[in-house]
Amino acid sequence: MYRPLSGSQDRWFQFRMDWKRRRLRARAILKGRELTCLRKGGWARDSVLLFCTIRNEAERLEWFMHHYRALGVGHFIFIDNASDDGTRETLLVQPDATVYATEASYKASRFGMDWINWLMLRHANGHWCVVADADELLIYPHWQTRPLRALTQCLEARGQPVLPAMMLELYPKGPLDQAEYVPGSDPTNCLNWFDAANYTIAHKPLLDCLLIQGGPRARCFFADSPHRAPTLTKLPLIRWSWHNAWVNATHSILPRRLNRVFDAGQGEGLSGVLLHTKFLPTVVEKSRIEKARGEHFGNAPVFDSYYDAVAQAPDLWCPASKRYSGWEQLEELGLISRGGWA
Amino acid sequence: MTASAPLGIIMLCHTALPRAAQVARFWLRAGCPVVLHVDRAVPERELEGLRADLGSEPLLRFSPRHRCEWGSWNIVRASQDAAEVMLGDFPEVGHVLLSSGSCLPLRPAEELLAFLRDRPDTDFIESVSINHATWIMGGLSEERFTLYFPFGWRRQRWLFDTAVEVQRKLEIRREVPRPLDPHMGSQWWCLTRATLQAILTDPKRPRYERYFRRNWIPDESYFQTLVRLHDRRVENRSLTLVKFDRNGRPYLFYDDHLQLLRRSDCFLARKIWPEADKLYDFFLSDQPTRLPPVTPEPAKIDRYFELAEKQRFEGRAGLYMQSRFPSFDTVGTARTAGPYAAFSGFEHLFENFEHWLGQVTGTRPHGHLYAPDRVQFHGGAQVWHGALSASGAIRDYNPYMFLTNLLWATRGEVQCFLFGPEDRLPDGLVDFMTHDPNARISVLTGAYLLPYFRGRKVDGDLLHHIGEMQRREQAWLTILRSRWVQAQVEICSLGEMLADPEARLRAIIEAMDGAAGLSVHGLPALRPMEGFDRYLVQLRDKGLPPAILKEFQC
Repeated sequence: MYRPLSGSQDRWFQFRMDWKRRRLRARAILKGRELTCLRKGGWARDSVLLFCTIRNEAERLEWFMHHYRALGVGHFIFIDNASDDGTRETLLVQPDATVYATEASYKASRFGMDWINWLMLRHANGHWCVVADADELLIYPHWQTRPLRALTQCLEARGQPVLPAMMLELYPKGPLDQAEYVPGSDPTNCLNWFDAANYTIAHKPLLDCLLIQGGPRARCFFADSPHRAPTLTKLPLIRWSWHNAWVNATHSILPRRLNRVFDAGQGEGLSGVLLHTKFLPTVVEKSRIEKARGEHFGNAPVFDSYYDAVAQAPDLWCPASKRYSGWEQLEELGLISRGGWA
Repeated sequence: MTASAPLGIIMLCHTALPRAAQVARFWLRAGCPVVLHVDRAVPERELEGLRADLGSEPLLRFSPRHRCEWGSWNIVRASQDAAEVMLGDFPEVGHVLLSSGSCLPLRPAEELLAFLRDRPDTDFIESVSINHATWIMGGLSEERFTLYFPFGWRRQRWLFDTAVEVQRKLEIRREVPRPLDPHMGSQWWCLTRATLQAILTDPKRPRYERYFRRNWIPDESYFQTLVRLHDRRVENRSLTLVKFDRNGRPYLFYDDHLQLLRRSDCFLARKIWPEADKLYDFFLSDQPTRLPPVTPEPAKIDRYFELAEKQRFEGRAGLYMQSRFPSFDTVGTARTAGPYAAFSGFEHLFENFEHWLGQVTGTRPHGHLYAPDRVQFHGGAQVWHGALSASGAIRDYNPYMFLTNLLWATRGEVQCFLFGPEDRLPDGLVDFMTHDPNARISVLTGAYLLPYFRGRKVDGDLLHHIGEMQRREQAWLTILRSRWVQAQVEICSLGEMLADPEARLRAIIEAMDGAAGLSVHGLPALRPMEGFDRYLVQLRDKGLPPAILKEFQC
């Protein structure tokens, strides 16, 4: 639970993390050499940019871009990591996308974060940016009626440069490979169940961030080792400055103060969720491939049993699952908050 | 000169000029003269765009431009100049309405004209005596009138604050010029020609201006104060709906506020998000007239924003989430979402205690939530509300959030559960519950011995095991008996309970509103206790502290 740090400890952590931030930025600059630009687009000074590392996501791509265009993303910047299912070809014909490509290792680039850090350092200073994977759809209070520009203006007026949006994992009812999904359609039509309250939060003093874990994956695949369950904290919308550096995916960022997205008093801050559409039917097939690639977790062999479990097409649904019906429901359940943005 | 409607509109614009032009056209269509003030900070190019956009309109004027910083005197200057243009150029105007470029009319212009026609001598201005203005955001109220404010608040915050502090220390006070009686209120007013003329041509106007020039936020006090000198009839309200948050910033209205705004009893609303196409399209067209009328419910609007405000600053009690993560240090606030009752030891003494408890209190009691192997949810469920898993490992990973999550996910339903020294319950959690006003903790001390007495097998040294239980129970009792307890704690020893089980149980159940159930279902049966005293003596003689025996004998 949250306990404020003593002043000296805080300064010490600040000092350590500041050097880490410099190191990460230097690393990003080196790793930037792995990227080749295939297509370069232009964008306006006040455009919201979206950064995404992508690999073989042809079936999700159409809806992903549709969703974020509707939210008012002005330009997409993709890093294509050796796709071979037509994703790259699709990206190259989009009018509002810049495409970089690399064949280098995803894991060796700290799961794409070095590439993202480099491209954001290069392009994003002063822009509001979304950083999301192809299976993550950002929603926030009033998202259908208020585009990202309204949200960013509100955050700016509050002096808050980051929006927290934890991952909300959606799953179908029944075995994972039985759901029916038409590529390009809204994935929440077939993945429409979620866990309402089994999320644990711990405060990490070193980064001053929250570590959120839990959800269906913890419940079904990590019931004996919950500390290994995937991190669900995400900070996908940020006003970028070239001082910044992502630490651990988009779970945490440096400088430290940017992680302070939560209200440590009694009030509620503004927050959204990333609808995680990982569990489309193809996940079963993909988990076999990913197990062999071993590119997704730091200590990959430990997660073999997880991949094996997903490859069995289990049913993540349970009688206490909730059917997803919209952001109002998520707010009522306490997963997000409008935080006074009436 | 073209004949005009008896209502003149002053618009102070500084951003989103195309929107301002749209609104100006709305008024011009209705025959209302419009005087536009465009902030001096607006680039000439944009102003030219606005002029070209509006074209030449006989009823349109531009007033001398000023640089209007927030809270500065220039806003009043701009309003004065614009009002002079209006009164001088349009003799038919009977009322003048001050609005901004981000105001949006909520009703057809004809409705406002008819409303004002019926009240030709009434001034509509929020003007509250400072002795009664309790709604002021941002601290200063009376001091706005009695201190000097030579520095801007937005740009020179430090100087501003220091100047206020210094003046407070030195007790510097300004004289309010007689006969002024300081009033303040919303900046957006609608005054009659007579009142406005009287304010603008007051022989003492230079003196008042000298005074207000150094006030803080004079745009909320200049007209509001002076109107009290000259008015005939003041209706103390603004025709413009503005909602402020606790930091004194106006809420923006977006497309989704359409239905809410239709329920307003005001004629204009501020501030509208410039990109709220739906709002502009709806209210500036003839749609409001074509739809069936809605009964105004201003209280509903107030409530909507009050709730949002409450959520922002007070939050929902017992919620731990990504944007609300309170520390436990705040004393007296609920740490959990709803009331719950925790029982320790009762199930060892009474037959079928959980079942009975459920019947009597009408709840669904859990077993030992913190049992070492797995969570004993009610009925042995594998998952509970909120998809909480029965896995012991997940629970032990964060035992605090397991409890807060359970209570959050089951809001509206009182939770009862069992606990005891044999559980995997960290001492910190007992401390957590003890400091939570929602908790009701009933402990039957010494009851942990009963399972051993009934022949429960123990791996290893029995005495060591029992000693450990006793040590844990003592640690908990110390916490439960501390001075800072917020929970309702009931501690009784096995001996006390056996002396009069009915009275003891009745007290606990009645405190949980279970009196009716108790009269139907009666008391649970006691489990057999023969020979327990001898067992205790045996334990004592084997080397356990005699305190154990005392629990039973008292």
